[in-house]
Amino acid sequence: MEFNSVLINLLLEGLRDTLIMVFISTFFGYVLGLPVGVLLAVTDKTGLRPHPVVYKITDFVVNILRSVPFLILLILLIPFTRFVVGQSYDTIGTIVPLTIAAAPFIARIVESSLKEVDPGVIEAARSMGASNWTIIVKVLLGEARSGLLVGITISLGTILGYSAMAGAVGGGGLGDIAIRYGYYRYETKIMLITVAVLIVLMQILQGTGNILSKKIDKRK
Amino acid sequence: MEKIKVEHLVKAFDGPEGKTRAVSDISFSVEEGEVFGVIGLSGAGKSTLVRCLNLLEKPDSGEIIIDGDNLKDLKEKELTKRRQKIGMIFQNYNLLMQRTVLDNVCFPMEIAGVKKKIARKKALEYLNTVGLKEKAKAYPATLSGGQKQRVAIARALAAEPEIILCDEATSALDPETTDTILKLLKQINEDFNITIVLITHEMRVIEEICDRVLVLEEGKIAEIGEVKETFESPKTVALKRLLLTGQSDVLLSETS
Repeated sequence: MEFNSVLINLLLEGLRDTLIMVFISTFFGYVLGLPVGVLLAVTDKTGLRPHPVVYKITDFVVNILRSVPFLILLILLIPFTRFVVGQSYDTIGTIVPLTIAAAPFIARIVESSLKEVDPGVIEAARSMGASNWTIIVKVLLGEARSGLLVGITISLGTILGYSAMAGAVGGGGLGDIAIRYGYYRYETKIMLITVAVLIVLMQILQGTGNILSKKIDKRK
Repeated sequence: MEKIKVEHLVKAFDGPEGKTRAVSDISFSVEEGEVFGVIGLSGAGKSTLVRCLNLLEKPDSGEIIIDGDNLKDLKEKELTKRRQKIGMIFQNYNLLMQRTVLDNVCFPMEIAGVKKKIARKKALEYLNTVGLKEKAKAYPATLSGGQKQRVAIARALAAEPEIILCDEATSALDPETTDTILKLLKQINEDFNITIVLITHEMRVIEEICDRVLVLEEGKIAEIGEVKETFESPKTVALKRLLLTGQSDVLLSETS
Protein backbone atom coordinates (compact mmCIF):
# COMPACT_ATOMS: atom_id res chain seq x y z
CA MET A 1 0.00 0.00 0.00
CA GLU A 2 1.32 3.40 -0.95
CA PHE A 3 1.32 6.38 1.34
CA ASN A 4 -1.80 7.95 -0.05
CA SER A 5 -5.21 9.19 0.87
CA VAL A 6 -6.50 5.67 1.48
CA LEU A 7 -3.83 5.09 4.06
CA ILE A 8 -4.36 8.48 5.61
CA ASN A 9 -8.07 7.84 5.87
CA LEU A 10 -7.40 4.48 7.40
CA LEU A 11 -5.13 6.02 10.01
CA LEU A 12 -7.51 8.87 10.76
CA GLU A 13 -10.34 6.41 11.27
CA GLY A 14 -8.13 4.34 13.52
CA LEU A 15 -7.13 7.41 15.46
CA ARG A 16 -10.75 8.43 15.87
CA ASP A 17 -11.74 4.97 17.09
CA THR A 18 -8.81 4.86 19.48
CA LEU A 19 -9.65 8.25 20.94
CA ILE A 20 -13.31 7.26 21.33
CA MET A 21 -12.35 4.03 23.07
CA VAL A 22 -9.76 5.61 25.34
CA PHE A 23 -11.76 8.62 26.43
CA ILE A 24 -15.09 6.84 26.89
CA SER A 25 -13.45 3.95 28.76
CA THR A 26 -11.51 6.33 30.99
CA PHE A 27 -14.70 8.28 31.68
CA PHE A 28 -16.65 5.19 32.69
CA GLY A 29 -13.55 3.87 34.42
CA TYR A 30 -13.72 6.95 36.66
CA VAL A 31 -17.47 6.61 37.14
CA LEU A 32 -16.76 3.19 38.65
CA GLY A 33 -13.23 3.68 39.99
CA LEU A 34 -13.47 7.10 41.67
CA PRO A 35 -16.08 6.07 44.26
CA VAL A 36 -14.17 2.85 44.93
CA GLY A 37 -10.94 4.82 45.35
CA VAL A 38 -12.67 7.19 47.77
CA LEU A 39 -14.08 4.19 49.65
CA LEU A 40 -10.59 2.69 49.95
CA ALA A 41 -9.05 5.94 51.17
CA VAL A 42 -11.86 6.63 53.65
CA THR A 43 -12.15 3.14 55.16
CA ASP A 44 -8.42 2.47 55.52
CA LYS A 45 -7.16 2.45 59.10
CA THR A 46 -5.78 5.98 58.87
CA GLY A 47 -8.81 7.15 56.88
CA LEU A 48 -11.70 9.41 57.70
CA ARG A 49 -13.88 6.53 58.80
CA PRO A 50 -11.83 3.39 59.26
CA HIS A 51 -13.70 0.18 58.56
CA PRO A 52 -11.39 -2.85 58.34
CA VAL A 53 -13.99 -5.23 56.88
CA VAL A 54 -15.14 -2.91 54.10
CA TYR A 55 -11.55 -1.98 53.32
CA LYS A 56 -10.33 -5.59 53.17
CA ILE A 57 -13.16 -6.75 50.91
CA THR A 58 -12.81 -3.80 48.52
CA ASP A 59 -9.04 -4.13 48.55
CA PHE A 60 -9.32 -7.86 47.73
CA VAL A 61 -11.78 -7.36 44.85
CA VAL A 62 -9.66 -4.59 43.35
CA ASN A 63 -6.55 -6.76 43.57
CA ILE A 64 -8.28 -9.68 41.88
CA LEU A 65 -9.50 -7.55 39.00
CA ARG A 66 -6.07 -6.05 38.61
CA SER A 67 -4.36 -9.45 38.53
CA VAL A 68 -6.29 -10.72 35.51
CA PRO A 69 -4.24 -10.02 32.38
CA PHE A 70 -6.11 -7.67 30.09
CA LEU A 71 -6.36 -10.08 27.17
CA ILE A 72 -7.82 -12.78 29.40
CA LEU A 73 -10.25 -10.30 30.91
CA LEU A 74 -11.30 -9.28 27.42
CA ILE A 75 -12.12 -12.88 26.53
CA LEU A 76 -13.76 -13.69 29.87
CA LEU A 77 -15.99 -10.67 29.51
CA ILE A 78 -17.27 -11.49 26.01
CA PRO A 79 -20.73 -12.68 27.18
CA PHE A 80 -21.06 -9.70 29.51
CA THR A 81 -19.94 -7.28 26.80
CA ARG A 82 -22.50 -8.74 24.40
CA PHE A 83 -25.17 -8.34 27.05
CA VAL A 84 -24.28 -4.70 27.68
CA VAL A 85 -23.60 -3.28 24.21
CA GLY A 86 -24.83 -6.04 21.91
CA GLN A 87 -21.46 -6.94 20.38
CA SER A 88 -18.08 -8.07 21.65
CA TYR A 89 -15.85 -6.78 18.87
CA ASP A 90 -14.89 -3.49 17.27
CA THR A 91 -14.71 -0.11 19.01
CA ILE A 92 -17.97 -0.37 20.93
CA GLY A 93 -17.28 -3.91 22.07
CA THR A 94 -13.86 -2.95 23.39
CA ILE A 95 -15.11 -0.11 25.58
CA VAL A 96 -16.70 -2.52 28.06
CA PRO A 97 -13.60 -4.61 28.88
CA LEU A 98 -11.44 -1.48 28.80
CA THR A 99 -13.70 0.15 31.38
CA ILE A 100 -13.67 -2.95 33.59
CA ALA A 101 -9.87 -3.13 33.34
CA ALA A 102 -9.45 0.58 33.98
CA ALA A 103 -11.77 0.89 37.01
CA PRO A 104 -9.66 -1.01 39.59
CA PHE A 105 -6.50 0.65 38.31
CA ILE A 106 -8.17 4.06 38.62
CA ALA A 107 -9.45 3.18 42.11
CA ARG A 108 -5.86 2.58 43.25
CA ILE A 109 -4.62 5.79 41.70
CA VAL A 110 -7.43 7.79 43.32
CA GLU A 111 -6.77 6.07 46.66
CA SER A 112 -3.10 6.99 46.64
CA SER A 113 -3.80 10.61 45.61
CA LEU A 114 -6.31 11.04 48.43
CA LYS A 115 -3.95 9.52 50.98
CA GLU A 116 -1.47 12.28 50.28
CA VAL A 117 -3.81 14.94 51.64
CA ASP A 118 -2.41 16.35 54.89
CA PRO A 119 -4.26 14.70 57.82
CA GLY A 120 -3.94 18.02 59.68
CA VAL A 121 -6.16 19.75 57.15
CA ILE A 122 -8.75 17.00 57.53
CA GLU A 123 -8.59 17.41 61.30
CA ALA A 124 -9.06 21.16 60.92
CA ALA A 125 -12.17 20.59 58.81
CA ARG A 126 -13.52 18.16 61.41
CA SER A 127 -12.91 20.74 64.12
CA MET A 128 -15.03 23.18 62.10
CA GLY A 129 -17.92 20.74 62.20
CA ALA A 130 -17.62 19.55 58.60
CA SER A 131 -19.49 16.35 57.80
CA ASN A 132 -17.61 13.41 56.29
CA TRP A 133 -19.28 14.12 52.98
CA THR A 134 -18.10 17.74 53.01
CA ILE A 135 -14.60 16.59 53.91
CA ILE A 136 -14.54 14.07 51.05
CA VAL A 137 -15.77 16.54 48.46
CA LYS A 138 -14.15 19.78 49.56
CA VAL A 139 -11.05 18.72 51.42
CA LEU A 140 -9.95 15.34 50.02
CA LEU A 141 -10.93 15.78 46.38
CA GLY A 142 -10.21 19.52 46.43
CA GLU A 143 -6.77 19.32 47.97
CA ALA A 144 -5.76 16.28 45.91
CA ARG A 145 -6.91 17.81 42.64
CA SER A 146 -3.54 18.05 40.93
CA GLY A 147 -2.64 14.49 41.94
CA LEU A 148 -6.01 13.35 40.64
CA LEU A 149 -5.34 15.05 37.33
CA VAL A 150 -1.96 13.35 37.04
CA GLY A 151 -3.88 10.14 37.76
CA ILE A 152 -6.24 10.82 34.86
CA THR A 153 -3.23 11.29 32.58
CA ILE A 154 -1.68 8.03 33.71
CA SER A 155 -5.01 6.25 33.28
CA LEU A 156 -5.47 7.60 29.74
CA GLY A 157 -1.97 6.41 28.86
CA THR A 158 -2.50 2.95 30.32
CA ILE A 159 -5.85 2.54 28.61
CA LEU A 160 -4.32 3.70 25.35
CA GLY A 161 -1.89 0.79 25.72
CA TYR A 162 -4.69 -1.66 26.52
CA SER A 163 -6.76 -0.44 23.59
CA ALA A 164 -3.93 -1.25 21.21
CA MET A 165 -3.78 -4.74 22.72
CA ALA A 166 -7.47 -5.19 22.08
CA GLY A 167 -6.67 -4.95 18.38
CA ALA A 168 -5.32 -8.50 18.61
CA VAL A 169 -8.76 -9.92 19.28
CA GLY A 170 -10.95 -7.87 17.00
CA GLY A 171 -11.05 -4.54 18.78
CA GLY A 172 -10.99 -1.40 16.66
CA GLY A 173 -8.64 1.53 16.47
CA LEU A 174 -4.94 1.95 15.78
CA GLY A 175 -3.93 -1.32 17.45
CA ASP A 176 -6.27 -3.15 15.15
CA ILE A 177 -4.70 -1.50 12.10
CA ALA A 178 -1.18 -2.23 13.29
CA ILE A 179 -2.00 -5.92 13.68
CA ARG A 180 -4.19 -6.44 10.61
CA TYR A 181 -2.10 -4.52 8.10
CA GLY A 182 1.30 -4.46 9.71
CA TYR A 183 1.51 -7.92 11.25
CA TYR A 184 -0.83 -10.20 9.30
CA ARG A 185 -0.09 -8.64 5.90
CA TYR A 186 3.58 -7.96 6.50
CA GLU A 187 3.19 -4.25 5.72
CA THR A 188 5.85 -3.14 8.14
CA LYS A 189 5.56 0.47 7.06
CA ILE A 190 1.96 0.71 8.18
CA MET A 191 2.80 -0.94 11.45
CA LEU A 192 5.58 1.56 12.07
CA ILE A 193 3.43 4.53 11.11
CA THR A 194 0.67 3.34 13.42
CA VAL A 195 3.11 2.90 16.27
CA ALA A 196 4.46 6.39 15.56
CA VAL A 197 0.94 7.82 15.79
CA LEU A 198 0.46 6.03 19.11
CA ILE A 199 3.73 7.48 20.39
CA VAL A 200 2.74 11.01 19.41
CA LEU A 201 -0.67 10.52 21.02
CA MET A 202 0.90 9.35 24.27
CA GLN A 203 3.27 12.33 24.30
CA ILE A 204 0.41 14.77 23.76
CA LEU A 205 -1.70 13.20 26.52
CA GLN A 206 1.13 13.14 29.03
CA GLY A 207 2.37 16.60 28.14
CA THR A 208 -1.07 18.19 28.39
CA GLY A 209 -1.74 16.39 31.66
CA ASN A 210 1.52 17.58 33.18
CA ILE A 211 0.95 21.19 32.16
CA LEU A 212 -2.62 21.23 33.46
CA SER A 213 -1.78 19.59 36.76
CA LYS A 214 1.03 22.04 37.36
CA LYS A 215 -1.27 24.90 36.55
CA ILE A 216 -3.95 23.95 39.05
CA ASP A 217 -1.48 23.04 41.80
CA LYS A 218 -1.16 25.97 44.22
CA ARG A 219 0.89 24.18 46.84
CA LYS A 220 4.15 25.70 45.66
CA MET B 1 -19.16 31.92 84.69
CA GLU B 2 -17.84 28.52 83.75
CA LYS B 3 -17.47 28.16 79.99
CA ILE B 4 -15.83 24.76 79.90
CA LYS B 5 -15.96 22.17 82.62
CA VAL B 6 -13.89 19.00 82.46
CA GLU B 7 -14.66 16.21 84.90
CA HIS B 8 -12.59 13.06 85.46
CA LEU B 9 -11.43 12.98 81.88
CA VAL B 10 -9.61 9.79 80.86
CA LYS B 11 -8.20 8.96 77.44
CA ALA B 12 -5.88 6.04 76.73
CA PHE B 13 -4.20 4.83 73.55
CA ASP B 14 -2.95 1.43 72.50
CA GLY B 15 0.79 1.48 72.90
CA PRO B 16 3.59 -1.05 72.60
CA GLU B 17 3.10 -2.02 76.25
CA GLY B 18 -0.67 -2.21 76.26
CA LYS B 19 -2.90 0.76 76.93
CA THR B 20 -1.18 3.92 78.06
CA ARG B 21 -3.15 6.78 79.54
CA ALA B 22 -2.49 10.01 77.69
CA VAL B 23 -4.89 11.84 79.97
CA SER B 24 -5.55 10.36 83.37
CA ASP B 25 -8.51 11.54 85.46
CA ILE B 26 -8.32 15.27 84.91
CA SER B 27 -10.83 17.81 86.24
CA PHE B 28 -10.74 21.57 85.82
CA SER B 29 -12.82 24.41 84.48
CA VAL B 30 -12.27 27.42 82.28
CA GLU B 31 -14.06 30.70 82.94
CA GLU B 32 -15.83 32.63 80.21
CA GLY B 33 -13.58 35.22 78.58
CA GLU B 34 -10.42 33.83 80.11
CA VAL B 35 -7.17 32.86 78.40
CA PHE B 36 -6.37 29.49 79.86
CA GLY B 37 -2.98 27.90 79.28
CA VAL B 38 -1.98 24.26 79.46
CA ILE B 39 1.74 23.62 79.61
CA GLY B 40 3.74 20.43 79.71
CA LEU B 41 6.68 18.70 78.15
CA SER B 42 6.04 16.80 74.95
CA GLY B 43 4.20 13.59 75.68
CA ALA B 44 2.49 15.07 78.72
CA GLY B 45 -0.93 14.65 77.08
CA LYS B 46 -1.59 18.28 76.10
CA SER B 47 -2.64 17.57 72.53
CA THR B 48 -4.95 14.78 73.61
CA LEU B 49 -6.47 17.00 76.27
CA VAL B 50 -7.23 19.86 73.90
CA ARG B 51 -8.63 17.45 71.29
CA CYS B 52 -11.01 16.03 73.85
CA LEU B 53 -12.51 19.49 74.39
CA ASN B 54 -14.21 19.43 70.97
CA LEU B 55 -14.39 15.63 70.83
CA LEU B 56 -11.88 15.32 68.01
CA GLU B 57 -10.70 12.62 70.39
CA LYS B 58 -13.43 10.67 72.10
CA PRO B 59 -12.76 10.44 75.83
CA ASP B 60 -12.76 6.94 77.34
CA SER B 61 -14.59 8.30 80.34
CA GLY B 62 -15.37 11.59 82.05
CA GLU B 63 -17.41 14.59 81.05
CA ILE B 64 -16.84 17.65 78.90
CA ILE B 65 -19.43 20.27 79.71
CA ILE B 66 -19.64 23.42 77.60
CA ASP B 67 -22.16 26.13 78.49
CA GLY B 68 -23.84 23.62 80.74
CA ASP B 69 -24.32 21.00 78.00
CA ASN B 70 -22.57 17.67 78.36
CA LEU B 71 -21.06 16.99 74.93
CA LYS B 72 -21.60 13.28 75.49
CA ASP B 73 -25.35 13.78 75.51
CA LEU B 74 -25.43 15.74 72.25
CA LYS B 75 -26.60 14.05 69.09
CA GLU B 76 -24.23 13.95 66.11
CA LYS B 77 -25.91 16.96 64.50
CA GLU B 78 -25.93 19.03 67.68
CA LEU B 79 -22.28 18.18 68.26
CA THR B 80 -21.45 19.36 64.74
CA LYS B 81 -23.25 22.64 65.43
CA ARG B 82 -21.42 22.99 68.74
CA ARG B 83 -18.09 22.32 67.08
CA GLN B 84 -18.72 25.17 64.66
CA LYS B 85 -18.71 27.49 67.67
CA ILE B 86 -15.35 26.17 68.86
CA GLY B 87 -12.57 27.46 66.64
CA MET B 88 -9.24 25.71 66.54
CA ILE B 89 -5.80 26.74 65.37
CA PHE B 90 -2.86 24.43 64.90
CA GLN B 91 0.92 24.39 64.95
CA ASN B 92 1.03 23.58 61.23
CA TYR B 93 -1.73 26.05 60.34
CA ASN B 94 -3.64 23.32 58.43
CA LEU B 95 -4.87 25.66 55.71
CA LEU B 96 -6.35 24.35 52.49
CA MET B 97 -3.39 24.74 50.15
CA GLN B 98 -5.41 24.67 46.95
CA ARG B 99 -7.65 27.55 48.02
CA THR B 100 -6.95 31.23 48.21
CA VAL B 101 -6.65 32.96 51.56
CA LEU B 102 -10.15 34.38 51.14
CA ASP B 103 -11.66 30.98 50.31
CA ASN B 104 -9.90 29.49 53.32
CA VAL B 105 -11.55 32.03 55.60
CA CYS B 106 -14.88 31.36 53.85
CA PHE B 107 -14.60 27.60 54.49
CA PRO B 108 -16.19 27.44 57.97
CA MET B 109 -19.04 29.64 56.72
CA GLU B 110 -19.45 27.33 53.73
CA ILE B 111 -19.80 24.44 56.19
CA ALA B 112 -22.33 26.39 58.22
CA GLY B 113 -24.34 27.14 55.07
CA VAL B 114 -23.75 30.91 54.94
CA LYS B 115 -24.51 32.45 51.53
CA LYS B 116 -21.42 32.92 49.42
CA LYS B 117 -21.74 36.66 49.01
CA ILE B 118 -22.20 37.30 52.71
CA ALA B 119 -19.40 34.87 53.53
CA ARG B 120 -16.97 36.72 51.28
CA LYS B 121 -17.83 40.05 52.80
CA LYS B 122 -17.40 38.75 56.32
CA ALA B 123 -14.19 36.93 55.39
CA LEU B 124 -12.69 40.21 54.20
CA GLU B 125 -13.61 41.82 57.51
CA TYR B 126 -11.86 39.05 59.45
CA LEU B 127 -8.83 39.29 57.20
CA ASN B 128 -8.81 42.96 58.01
CA THR B 129 -8.88 42.13 61.72
CA VAL B 130 -5.75 40.02 61.35
CA GLY B 131 -4.14 42.59 59.04
CA LEU B 132 -4.05 40.50 55.87
CA LYS B 133 -6.78 41.99 53.71
CA GLU B 134 -4.36 42.63 50.87
CA LYS B 135 -3.48 38.92 50.74
CA ALA B 136 -7.06 37.78 50.12
CA LYS B 137 -6.35 36.48 46.64
CA ALA B 138 -2.98 34.88 47.48
CA TYR B 139 -2.47 31.16 48.03
CA PRO B 140 -1.20 29.98 51.43
CA ALA B 141 2.01 28.57 49.92
CA THR B 142 3.15 32.12 49.15
CA LEU B 143 2.75 33.31 52.76
CA SER B 144 5.19 33.28 55.69
CA GLY B 145 4.49 31.17 58.77
CA GLY B 146 3.20 34.13 60.75
CA GLN B 147 0.91 35.16 57.91
CA LYS B 148 -0.41 31.61 57.59
CA GLN B 149 -1.22 31.54 61.28
CA ARG B 150 -3.03 34.86 60.95
CA VAL B 151 -5.11 33.40 58.13
CA ALA B 152 -5.86 30.44 60.39
CA ILE B 153 -6.98 32.86 63.11
CA ALA B 154 -9.22 34.73 60.64
CA ARG B 155 -10.63 31.36 59.61
CA ALA B 156 -11.31 30.46 63.24
CA LEU B 157 -13.03 33.85 63.75
CA ALA B 158 -15.19 33.31 60.67
CA ALA B 159 -17.31 30.76 62.50
CA GLU B 160 -18.04 33.43 65.14
CA PRO B 161 -16.78 31.12 67.84
CA GLU B 162 -17.21 31.48 71.57
CA ILE B 163 -14.11 29.41 72.26
CA ILE B 164 -10.83 29.10 70.40
CA LEU B 165 -8.52 26.17 71.05
CA CYS B 166 -4.85 26.72 70.20
CA ASP B 167 -2.71 23.63 69.69
CA GLU B 168 0.92 24.81 69.91
CA ALA B 169 -0.14 27.69 67.69
CA THR B 170 3.17 29.54 67.94
CA SER B 171 5.59 26.64 68.21
CA ALA B 172 6.62 26.74 64.56
CA LEU B 173 7.21 30.51 64.63
CA ASP B 174 10.22 32.67 65.51
CA PRO B 175 10.09 34.68 68.75
CA GLU B 176 9.11 37.97 67.11
CA THR B 177 6.31 36.44 65.06
CA THR B 178 5.20 34.56 68.16
CA ASP B 179 4.77 37.89 69.94
CA THR B 180 2.60 39.37 67.20
CA ILE B 181 0.42 36.25 67.06
CA LEU B 182 0.02 36.27 70.86
CA LYS B 183 -0.92 39.95 70.80
CA LEU B 184 -3.50 39.19 68.13
CA LEU B 185 -4.95 36.36 70.19
CA LYS B 186 -5.15 38.62 73.24
CA GLN B 187 -6.83 41.29 71.13
CA ILE B 188 -9.53 38.94 69.81
CA ASN B 189 -9.98 37.57 73.33
CA GLU B 190 -10.77 41.09 74.52
CA ASP B 191 -12.61 42.47 71.48
CA PHE B 192 -14.86 39.49 70.83
CA ASN B 193 -14.94 38.10 74.40
CA ILE B 194 -13.72 34.75 73.09
CA THR B 195 -12.55 32.20 75.65
CA ILE B 196 -9.15 30.84 74.65
CA VAL B 197 -7.60 27.55 75.69
CA LEU B 198 -4.05 27.23 74.51
CA ILE B 199 -1.57 24.45 74.92
CA THR B 200 2.15 25.02 74.62
CA HIS B 201 5.52 23.86 75.84
CA GLU B 202 6.82 27.45 75.96
CA MET B 203 6.76 29.31 79.26
CA ARG B 204 6.77 32.71 77.67
CA VAL B 205 3.56 32.03 75.78
CA ILE B 206 1.84 31.38 79.08
CA GLU B 207 3.42 34.41 80.73
CA GLU B 208 2.51 36.69 77.90
CA ILE B 209 -1.22 36.14 77.56
CA CYS B 210 -2.63 33.56 79.96
CA ASP B 211 -4.72 34.35 83.00
CA ARG B 212 -4.45 30.90 84.50
CA VAL B 213 -2.24 27.92 83.81
CA LEU B 214 -2.52 24.18 84.16
CA VAL B 215 0.74 22.26 84.37
CA LEU B 216 0.34 18.81 82.90
CA GLU B 217 2.69 15.94 83.64
CA GLU B 218 2.20 12.38 82.42
CA GLY B 219 -1.48 12.98 81.86
CA LYS B 220 -2.12 14.36 85.32
CA ILE B 221 -2.49 17.88 86.70
CA ALA B 222 0.72 18.83 88.48
CA GLU B 223 -0.36 22.37 89.31
CA ILE B 224 -3.13 24.78 88.42
CA GLY B 225 -3.64 28.45 89.30
CA GLU B 226 -2.98 32.09 88.41
CA VAL B 227 0.04 32.35 86.15
CA LYS B 228 2.11 34.71 88.29
CA GLU B 229 1.55 32.89 91.59
CA THR B 230 2.05 29.48 90.04
CA PHE B 231 5.29 30.35 88.31
CA GLU B 232 6.72 32.34 91.22
CA SER B 233 6.36 29.52 93.69
CA PRO B 234 6.50 26.22 91.81
CA LYS B 235 5.43 23.42 94.11
CA THR B 236 6.12 20.41 91.94
CA VAL B 237 9.20 18.95 90.29
CA ALA B 238 7.27 18.99 87.02
CA LEU B 239 6.92 22.75 86.99
CA LYS B 240 10.45 23.34 88.26
CA ARG B 241 11.75 21.27 85.38
CA LEU B 242 9.65 23.26 82.92
CA LEU B 243 10.84 26.53 84.39
CA LEU B 244 14.44 25.47 83.97
CA THR B 245 14.08 24.26 80.38
CA GLY B 246 11.84 27.18 79.46
CA GLN B 247 14.28 29.91 80.60
CA SER B 248 11.33 31.74 82.06
CA ASP B 249 11.56 35.48 82.53
CA VAL B 250 10.10 35.09 86.00
CA LEU B 251 12.79 32.63 86.96
CA LEU B 252 15.56 34.74 85.45
CA SER B 253 14.38 37.86 87.25
CA GLU B 254 14.35 35.90 90.51
CA THR B 255 17.87 34.62 90.15
CA SER B 256 19.43 37.83 88.88
